[in-house]
Amino acid sequence: MPTGTLQIRQISGHSGSVPGAGVQREEEVCKYIDVTTCIGCKACEVACVEWNDMPFQQTTFDNTYQTMPSTSWNFWNLIKFNEHQREDGTLQWLMRKDQCMHCEDPGCLRACPADGAIVQYTNGIVDFQQENCIGCQYCVSGCPFDIPKFNALTKKVYKCTLCSDRVGQGLEPACIKACPTGCLKFGTKMDMKRLAESRARQLREQSGFASAGVYDPSSINGTHVIYVLHDVTKPELYGGLPANPTIPVTYTLWKRIAKPVALFLSLFAAPAAFFHYVTEGPKESQPPGPGTGYGAPGPQPPSREVPR
Amino acid sequence: MSTAIERFDEGARARVGAHARTIVHDDELLRHPAYTRVLHWSVAAFFILALLSGFAIYTAWLYRWLTPIFGGGPMTRLLHPWFSLGFVICFAFQLLNWWQPMSWTRDDNRWMRRLRDYVANTDKREPDYVGFFNAGQKAYFWVILGSALVFLVTGIPMWFPKTFGRTTVAVGYVLHDIAALVMLVGFIVHVYEGTAAQPGTFRAMTRGTVEKRWAWTHHPAWYRNATGRDPRADYEKAIQQQRGATRTEQ
Repeated sequence: MPTGTLQIRQISGHSGSVPGAGVQREEEVCKYIDVTTCIGCKACEVACVEWNDMPFQQTTFDNTYQTMPSTSWNFWNLIKFNEHQREDGTLQWLMRKDQCMHCEDPGCLRACPADGAIVQYTNGIVDFQQENCIGCQYCVSGCPFDIPKFNALTKKVYKCTLCSDRVGQGLEPACIKACPTGCLKFGTKMDMKRLAESRARQLREQSGFASAGVYDPSSINGTHVIYVLHDVTKPELYGGLPANPTIPVTYTLWKRIAKPVALFLSLFAAPAAFFHYVTEGPKESQPPGPGTGYGAPGPQPPSREVPR
Repeated sequence: MSTAIERFDEGARARVGAHARTIVHDDELLRHPAYTRVLHWSVAAFFILALLSGFAIYTAWLYRWLTPIFGGGPMTRLLHPWFSLGFVICFAFQLLNWWQPMSWTRDDNRWMRRLRDYVANTDKREPDYVGFFNAGQKAYFWVILGSALVFLVTGIPMWFPKTFGRTTVAVGYVLHDIAALVMLVGFIVHVYEGTAAQPGTFRAMTRGTVEKRWAWTHHPAWYRNATGRDPRADYEKAIQQQRGATRTEQ
């Protein structure tokens, strides 16, 4: 668990290298969420709102136990409820704690054009720096999990920080601290992954959930929030968790490579024009003479053209 | 429809012209009336503002250079769509103003086939069929119209991403970028052609007039229409006069 200052690994919209990259080796952190032992008490929702000093607000009732339909700019942690009828007719009440997944390859950071508005620490936490945010909301379209939320008043985007302020001081995130069942755990990615795998094996071998498994999608090189699911083959059942989350190619191929190359090539029009002038010269009004800005005022002798 | 456009445009030109003045000397021709000039420079101002604020956000390599011009990143992001809206509105009026002279003709295809000769300055004077605008100018105009439509169609979803959704923004911004690059190249060529490449051109958009010499050199068919005289004959006469003047001086 990191203590002291957090080291930055990646910076959005930044030209050049990351200052101080790699000087200190840090463990990658991970939040472990076992949806099979979550009881939907929403203690984590409350802890998140309290620690991050966000106002309590009116909830939206839409015939579920869910506090509101989705996370919002000042509500970063939401338990999603789903009543799922299995093939044998029995009911399964699925609850999933929805928040930023802290992707290893973050689509928000890839999409962001503002220098330093999104950073990724070496411990894996992806954090928004609102003072650098320009409010363009590209991150919203870059995120496969629909996490960044725009505040129209401040014109900034907000999301779960994995309590980087607490983690930087050696504490666990607020949601972890509040969880009464132990379905939330926090530690290194390696430890949490091992724990999740053993829990999934237990579910498969002892509890009859044949397709239980760990959700740590490889399409974005894994996440720093992992789930243990009863049925890892159908993550969509858990409040729309994407089976194969991807970053739009326009934020990878186009933005990283094609965009700067295309601009560089386009700017060649300027030296091309300049050297056209130098080699071919201007098209003067014929016959050339005073008033064109070339040659002394008054009648001119006919111009001579010398071989190039 | 075209008559409605003409009626509107003539009305606007007359209203602006009533408050403006264009002085045409003996050896000059009126090229652009005040209304056209005002429109051109309004379009140009918004274009440059939109271009700079857009390229500020375009890549990390320009971000720190260009955002301070507009008061930082957030302000750049806030202003860019408004600059662009200004551009679109002014360009719409310019479209009505130039719809007629910019329309593509058979002669423009001929001109395009000899583009290489034009770039290489092979001929001293343009061919006799070149009218008020040459095909290169027309091509630039229609490319700007095309890019402006792409900007508008992709820019509005980027302005209101919540309404249009994730994919529209992610795909739209690439088209937005491509339109910007096309415009950037066109703009650089346009500025060069309008200033250094052809001496005597820039004043057409400032004072509104050009020398007759300029007209029979670059736009002979327009010279014929505007004066009712033969551009080739007048050009040759001017050469004779110039030679005569040189002789008397000696």
